[in-house]
Formats: sequence, structure tokens, C-alpha cells
Amino acid sequence: MDFQVVILAGGFSSYLVPLVSKEVPKALLPVANRPVLSYVLDLLESSNLKDLIVVVEGEDAALKVGGWISSACVDRLHVEVAAVAENVGTAGALRAIAHHLTAKDILIVSGDIVSDIPPGAVAATHRRHDAAVTVMLCAQPVSGPSESGGSGGKDKTKKPACDDIIGLDSLKQFLLYIAKGTEIKKDTRVKKSILCAAGKMEIRSDLMDSHIYAFKRAVLQEVLDQKPAFRSLKQDVLPYLVRTQLRSDVFSDQSNVEENGNGNGKNNMQNNEVVLSQILSNASMPSFHQVYESGLGTRKTHKCCVYIADESKYFVRLNSIQAFMDVNRDVIGESNHLSGYSFSAHHNIVHPSAELGSKTTVGPHCMLGEGSQVGDKCSVKRSVIGRHCRIGSNVKIVNSVVMDHATIGDGCSIQGSVICSNAQLQERVTLRDCQVEAGYVVCAGSEHKGETFARK
Amino acid sequence: MGAQKKGGGPRVSEDAVEQSRQRLQAILLADSFATKFRPVTLERPKVLLPIVNVPMIDYTLAWLESAGIEEVFVFCCAHSMQVIEYLEKSEWYSHPNLLVRTIESHKSISAGDALRYMYEQQTETSQIQGDFVLVSGDTVSNMPLADLIKEHRERKKKDEKAIMTMVIKQSKSSPLTHQSRLGTDQLFIAVDPLTKQLLHYEEDKVDHPSGSVCLEKSLLDTNPSVLVCNDMQDCYIDICSPEVLSLFEDNFDYQHLRRHFVKGVLVDDIMGYKIFTHEIHSSYAGRIDNFRSYDSVSKDIIQRWTYPYVPDINFSGNRPLKLGRQGIYRASDVVQSRSADVGASTVIGYGTKIGNGDKISNSVIGNGCSIGSNVVIEGSYIWNNVTIEDGCEIRNAIVCDGVKIRAGAVLQPGVVLSFNVVVGRDFVVPAYSKVSLLQQPTTEDSDEELEYADSSSGTADHLSGLNLQMESKASELGPDGAGYIWEACEGAHDEEWKHSVAPIPKDKLFEITQAIDDDDTDDESVVPTSGELKSDADSINTDVNDPNDDYYYFEKEVEGTVLRAVEENIKVDLVTLEINGLRLSYNMESADCAGATFYSMIKLAVDTPHNSASELYKNAASIITKWKELLGFYVKKIDEQIEVIMKFEEMCQESPKELGPLFTQILHLLYDKDVLQEDAILRWSEEKAGADEADKVYLKQCDTFIQWLKEASEEEDEDDEDEEEDD
Repeated sequence: MDFQVVILAGGFSSYLVPLVSKEVPKALLPVANRPVLSYVLDLLESSNLKDLIVVVEGEDAALKVGGWISSACVDRLHVEVAAVAENVGTAGALRAIAHHLTAKDILIVSGDIVSDIPPGAVAATHRRHDAAVTVMLCAQPVSGPSESGGSGGKDKTKKPACDDIIGLDSLKQFLLYIAKGTEIKKDTRVKKSILCAAGKMEIRSDLMDSHIYAFKRAVLQEVLDQKPAFRSLKQDVLPYLVRTQLRSDVFSDQSNVEENGNGNGKNNMQNNEVVLSQILSNASMPSFHQVYESGLGTRKTHKCCVYIADESKYFVRLNSIQAFMDVNRDVIGESNHLSGYSFSAHHNIVHPSAELGSKTTVGPHCMLGEGSQVGDKCSVKRSVIGRHCRIGSNVKIVNSVVMDHATIGDGCSIQGSVICSNAQLQERVTLRDCQVEAGYVVCAGSEHKGETFARK
Repeated sequence: MGAQKKGGGPRVSEDAVEQSRQRLQAILLADSFATKFRPVTLERPKVLLPIVNVPMIDYTLAWLESAGIEEVFVFCCAHSMQVIEYLEKSEWYSHPNLLVRTIESHKSISAGDALRYMYEQQTETSQIQGDFVLVSGDTVSNMPLADLIKEHRERKKKDEKAIMTMVIKQSKSSPLTHQSRLGTDQLFIAVDPLTKQLLHYEEDKVDHPSGSVCLEKSLLDTNPSVLVCNDMQDCYIDICSPEVLSLFEDNFDYQHLRRHFVKGVLVDDIMGYKIFTHEIHSSYAGRIDNFRSYDSVSKDIIQRWTYPYVPDINFSGNRPLKLGRQGIYRASDVVQSRSADVGASTVIGYGTKIGNGDKISNSVIGNGCSIGSNVVIEGSYIWNNVTIEDGCEIRNAIVCDGVKIRAGAVLQPGVVLSFNVVVGRDFVVPAYSKVSLLQQPTTEDSDEELEYADSSSGTADHLSGLNLQMESKASELGPDGAGYIWEACEGAHDEEWKHSVAPIPKDKLFEITQAIDDDDTDDESVVPTSGELKSDADSINTDVNDPNDDYYYFEKEVEGTVLRAVEENIKVDLVTLEINGLRLSYNMESADCAGATFYSMIKLAVDTPHNSASELYKNAASIITKWKELLGFYVKKIDEQIEVIMKFEEMCQESPKELGPLFTQILHLLYDKDVLQEDAILRWSEEKAGADEADKVYLKQCDTFIQWLKEASEEEDEDDEDEEEDD
């Protein structure tokens, strides 16, 4: 497929402090002991999308990510790593790497996705409709938006505030309206012209923008050039395209030049493509875009399409500490097909080289990494433990993530917490809903709840 | 006891049976409470106007009868005598299946009044026993009602609050002109796609002529999915529960069924009542609301969409016509010249004569008309007993009973000739003119609802007399004509083309499309292109504007209160009480009160006559001293005190010459009088430190004062520390 994939892997996200650090950019955060980026790469590979550009914010982070990629998958995929300045926003990042983009269509994927929705389906929908942009939507998680905050499940009890407000046409093919729920104070305003053209619009607040977009390269670059103030794809570029879909000014020059340059042959091909796209999209009736266009001869339109993922599919963006916990739990639990590991009869994964003390139990939905040692009379439930961790005796670990090389002293009790790599818990530490930064030492005997440990 | 119990059991089930057997009732409003059909409706009620040669009310009654309705209350207002007389003469009064009762009220000037009247009657006679169908007498439909009523009842049983079911039908307005087929305003409704509950109802033009539809956010919070439709037509057929009547009674300001009642239920959320919608797909329903819908519905009848209510079937005592090829309906006794050319989709009534060389197409011609030779009639509606002399040209016009059109006259598109008008020889009636023997009422009743107040009893009786008078007068329709050409009025003359029988003219079409283009560009320009979140910039703007307006009015009111207090020397307690009341009604913060009160006080000082700055200062000082308690009531918190300083600064900027130089002095005064604390002043200075140079004028002015304050506080701090150390 003539698709170029851009993975926006971010840098050191402030939402994820203290999990991310100079050593570990967001893209390399471990999910079930694999960097989260590897899930995205696997997903793309499964759709046979192999021409990838990974965009990382900041040189240091880019080096780290590049290092990992070259060690992990250089043989399978064609991956370039590009560094951009920090805080340029997603649109800025694309602007910075614009010269790398050559394919007709660009698939843009956020680097923090753990999912089993095939991105190839988005690409196919995009092609079928000959759309300017195609957005993948998925069902809003029932438990509440993933940004429900880092400290425990407090916000879960609240009714999920609608995150994205999305307007679809009656066939659920086109995107007619998109807004972020949090930005709308009181009223949702829907433009009448689009509504009139489409006849019906279904406004959904139970769908979520999944940050997987397919763009026509020409359109994307035109918008980025024309609107230098646009910073974010989701908040600026996409709403702009949706809003202007009936009075497009993104195509005007480009297509004319192409047509003139290539003469009749090209025209025929384009006509064929249009016909083909109509057949493919079961368009017994012309879409409202075409009707509108034919009515007002002076107008050009472009299509904004959607691909709505099946509700049964798994989708989480790792953009908060809560999401990090959820993903780790799900990947070794309910959605274990994502991890790519094979599970034992006890529904857990204990690396053969891990050492378990006597009377130690590792429950289902657990993972114990290579070379880790667990002392006597320990209990591990629904948790991920990284490689080469040292865990003392009488330790209880529930619903937690322990990253590589962490040391946990005797008699500790850890619940709902994240212990980053090289951190050390001295004896009899009790943690509940805490995050411990990499390399941090928690003093013996202390008891904490809902705290974050980080060196300032 | 045992026997009674036994008796109790079956009775319940009997009740249930009774309920299901409850008579199906309907209220038919034989008045549209609008003036769209003027001048025709000045002489005859709208429901008796013929559509394809049968009065509208017959279509409605025939449909209700066949849909299983057993009892109809015909509510008559304007020309009620005519309606009642007609019904008495017709077979409806003696119909075996349908009991027709008339209710007369001359006081009602709107649908709301009519239903209130029904409610009052109800308490005496309890005619309405349960759910009823509410339609207006100008509805043409063939939809089945029984199932819909059953659906409504079942929903009502499950959900007490579901009081109304509204019938809608798909009807997409033209993509080009955005005009609906029936000439009604564009309708935007929002429906829950699963339950079909109506969530939002908005008519274009009437509500917001803006470029966007506004949905409340709470709507989306409670419904994960909302269907917004633009392609629906409101059929004005409602299944109502008795609560609807009492709602009208409770809300005496409800007039219009949709604009007031439906919006009221949706927006005000009265008692949590809900309205549901029912979409009909295969059956027909249309309401004749204006001349354009008169045209569209006529065509639908001729094209047989309204079967069985079509001209070749007897449905209300009408004499059926014979259907020929190409949708030509002809009465058996039509006298038609061989050389006449009668084209497709035409209806010709009984006793009509058609002369040589006539060309007639897409038109309806009533009974007893006589048409001369070489007449061209296209897309027009000629009612009964019309005489058209040779060589006339009639295009897209409505010609009422008894009209005479003399030879060679031309009716341009959109013309409406009311009863008995005479068009003079070779006269050209200009497009869209409405002609009547009655003079246009000069005393314009501002409200359109007042249609029949002047027409109900008066005009009908005096009609014949007026006629004679008029004929004697010089006519506006040529030397041998009779009638007045009404000036386009009611502020709606721009809309004339929209509601007319004539198709939209080409130049207008161009204009509309152009306007749509402009609309779009307008929208575009509203949207700022900056990178910031701008998707709903306009809504944010309005949000910002409204409070500002509110604050302005609030400030004015506070000013008035304070002024009065000073003049009449009212006690501080009472003034605070009053200002608190204002604060609640305007939904203001206590900081706003502080700002507004202070503003009024200083303004008072400035407005008091003074010759020099020192005198102004004295004024201000005296007012502040006297009313510091009032101010003190609102400046208990630091934030409120800062608000006062900001307000003061703002005032100084507005009148720099007078107040400007006194800034520091008054600030000091406020400090001395304990209205402001030093913390507030220091915080203000800190906040201001980062501002533009222009904003810092007053900060600099009171630099020394602030410095002094700072030093004082530092000393205090040091003292404190010293003391602590001492301990």
C-alpha cells in the first residue's frame, strides 16, 4: 500500500511524571515488559504497513528511541526516527518532517496506543472514499475517560464527561462535526450549511477520537502551510478540515497543476478512480458532497470520513498514569492476546529464569520477568514484575507494576502502585496508589497512600 | 366482604377493557390563527377554501373518519358561522361513524387560547375522555392513526411523562435553495435515535437566523447519541394526552403550538414532560400553511399521493371526476372545444366550458367556470364560477370564486385574486400582487394572531354592502375592473416569493444561492484562524458578552440604589438588603457588589458639583466616610478589596483629568478608613507589576504609598519574628 506511516511518539510527557524520565521517554514505557512503542509497531506490521517514520520530541529522547528501534526491529520494518523540537505540537511536528513525506496518503498514529484495531482498515476506508482525511473512532471506555487522573480511581465514580462530541452522517461514513467536549461550555453549535447538505447528523458523545488519522498528503501539507498557527492535529487541523468540507480551499491549486501537467491520461485515471470509489463505497446514490458540489458549481468539496472500530476491540492510549496501570493490567489479563506472550496454565507468565522462594504464590494475570528473584512467602496478584528485580520475603504485590531492576525489601506491601526501574523499597514499606520514580529509595517502615516519590 | 372483593377483581379488568375501548377523539382547529391566506380568508374561513375543488376540512374529516376516529370537536373561531353552516349542510353531521361537534369561540386568538377554551369546557362537560388527536383543519393526510394512538398509550402507560407524540415526515429541502417543499421555514429537530424522544425543535428564521444550530451541552451529557435532522417536515398532527390541555391552562402565555408549547416543554423542562416523534414513511401528511403548500399539496393530490382522497373517488359527498390519461381529471359534463389543448395533471370541474384554442396545463379549474378562447392557463388554481374572457394569460395564480377576468388581461406569476374581483380589459396584474374587493386594513394589528378579530363577524355581514361601494369607486385594476391591490405588508414582503404559488424566479434563485455562499463565508470569517481552540469561538464570545451586559445593568441598578440611599438617607442595613437582592437576581459575586457599590460612590462624588480637585477629594472623603460600612459589608475578603482597587483604577482611566491625580489620596483614605487592608493593596501592586507600562500609571503614582506600606509590614514582620525569637 502506498501509505507512509508517521508515528507521533512524543517525548517526556508531563502527564506521566514520574514514570517517564531522562532514561525512559514515553514511547519506551514498559507495558508487560515491552516498550509501548512495540505494540504500535506490531499493529502496523500486522496490517503490512512497513514504511514508518517515528517522530520524537527532543534529541535525547530520539536517540533513546532510535537505539531501541534499531535493536528491536530493524530487520522487519523500514523505520526512520526523526527528532523535532519539544512543545511544537502535533501539527508542528508534522511541519518539521514534511520533507520526509512523499507518499500519496499519510497515516498518522499516536505512539502511545495499545490496541488491536487494524490500522489497515482505516487506510482502506480512506482510499475507498477518496477522502481528504479519515479518522478512526472507537467506543468511549465505559469506566470513564482515560484521563481520569493519576491518583487512583477517584474520578471513576463520576459520570464520564463526554470527551469528544462527534457528528456523523446517517450512514456513519462521514465526519460532519467534531469538538472536544471539555472545550464546549454550554452549547454545541452545528453549522447549518453542513447539516442542510447532509440532511441528518447523528451527534455522538459515546465515541472517542483514537488519534489514528489517514490524510491525503497534499491536503495535509497545504493546510500546514496555509495555517502556520495550527499547532495540534486534533484541535486545529481536523476541525478545520471538517468545518470547511463543503467549501474546500485545500485542493484548489494542487490538483489543477497535476491535471495540467499530466494531461489526458491522468484525467482518465482520476475518473476511473472516482468511479471505482463509488462502486466500492456502495454509492448507489451520490454522497451529499457530490450533490452539493454539482449544485453550486463554484464549490469544491472534500470528504472527511470515519472508520468506527468494533466495540469489542481493545483500545487504550497510554496518556496518564491511570491508563498505564489499566494497560498493564489488561494486557496480561483480559486482553492478553495483545501481549504476544504465551500464558501458562495458571494464566500467568513466569520466565523460566525467575526464581521463586518457598510458599510464594504468583496468581493469574501476573508476569514475572527474566532473572527476577522473589523471596519466601510472597504473594503476587494481577501485577507485572520486570526483569532482574529482587524481591524479599513476605512481600505482597497486588495490582501493581514493578519495572526492571527494582529492589523490594522484606515485608513490603504494594497495592495499585508503580515502582520504576532501579527504585528501592526498604523493609516493611507499605504503598497504596503510589508512584516511585526510577532510582528513588523509600525508607524502611514507612506507610504511604496516593503519593508520588520523585527527586525534585 | 367476600362478594365485594370478588366484584372488585373483574372491575379492574373491565376498566382496562374500557380504556382500550375508549373513544378515539380528535380536536380539529378550524382556524389557522395566521394571516398567510389573506386576503382570501377575510371573506371565507381557510378550512372551507377548496383544494382540488373540495374544501380542505373535508379532507381532514374524511381522513379522521377512515383512521378510526369516532368523535371530532371542530373548533371554530373566524367565520364560525360559515363553518358551522357548511358542516350542517354537508353529510358530516349525520355521519354514522363519526360524531362531529362544533365548538365556537370568538375570543380565542391562537391555538393556545383554543385549547384553553377546550379545557374550560372540559371541566363542565368532560368531553375529552383520554388521549386525543390534535390537528388543524387544513391537513391533508391518509396516515393510519389507530396504531399510533396505541403506541402513544402504551408509552404513556410506561412513562407518565410522555404526553405527546408528534408526527414527522421526511422531506428534504432543496439543496440549492434550502427552501422546503411546503414553503415552511427550515426545521431543525433533534431526536434520540432509540426512543425517538424529541430533544430539540428549532425553526429557522423564527428562532435564530444564525448559521448554526445550538444544542445544549446537557443534552449530550444525558444522551450518548442525538440525531439532528434537517430533512424532516412537521406534519402538525399530534397525539396528545389530557395533560396537554392542562399545560396550556397553566401556562397562559402559550399561544403557538410549536413556538411556545413544544419549546416550552423542551426548554423549560416542565415537570419533566416529554414529547416523542413518530416518523411516517409510506403514508402522506401535509398541512396547507401558505400558498406554496397549497400548490404542493394540490399537486400531490393530483398525483394521487393522498389516495384514497383523490378527485376521482367520492370521499365526502364530492362528485367524483373521471380520470383520463396523463393525470387529467375531467367532469362528465365539461364542454370543451376541440381545438383546446388540455395538458397533463389538470383537473376540470362540473359545468365548466373551455373555449377554442385554450391551453391549460398543471392547473385546477373549478365548477361552473367559463373560459373564453385562446386563453393560456398554467400552474394555476381557478375556483368556482370564474369567468375568463378571450385571450387572457394566467400563470401560477390563484383565482377565487366569482372572479371576472376581462379579455386580454394577464396575471403574472404569484397573483392571488380574492372573491368577485374584476380584472379590467388588457390589464396586467403585477407578479405577487394580492387583490381583493376589501380594502387592506389600515389599522395594522401588530400581531398576526389577530386575523379574524376584525373579520369574524363584521366583514362577512357587511360584505355585500361593501361590494357595491367598491364597484362604484375607481378601480386599481383598469377602468372596468374592481378591487384593491394590497400592498405587500406585514414586514414579510421579502418572503413573498417564498410562500407564493409561483415557482421561485431565476434571479431569486441566483440570489439565494449567492446568499448561501455568503453565509458560508460569513461563518468562515467568524472562525478565527489562530492556533488556539477556536472551534466554538462564537459561543464563547456570546458567553463572554452576556455577563458583561448583565454586569452593566447590575451596576446601573446598584448606582440607582446607592444614589437613593444617599439622598433619602436610608439605613445601611436596608441598602445592603437591597443590593443583596440585586446580586441574587443578576447572579453576581460579592466582589461584583463591592466594585459596583464603590463605583456608585465615587461617581456620586464626581457628579456632585465641585470646583477644584481638593473639593472633589472632600466630596469623596465625606461619602466614603459616611458609607464605609456599606462598602465594608462587601469587602471582607482580599479578592473583593482588589476588585475595588481595580474598579477605581478603571474609573481613573476613564476620567483621568478629574480623578486621576487623586488616586493615591483616595487609596490612602480607603486604607485609613479600614475599607482596604494593606495585603490587598500590596497584592494589587504585585499583580500590576507585570502589566504594560500604560497600565502602570496609577501604580507609579502611589509608589511611595506602597513603599511605605511595605516597609511598615516588614517592620511588623520583623517585630513578630523578634518576639518569636524572644520567646
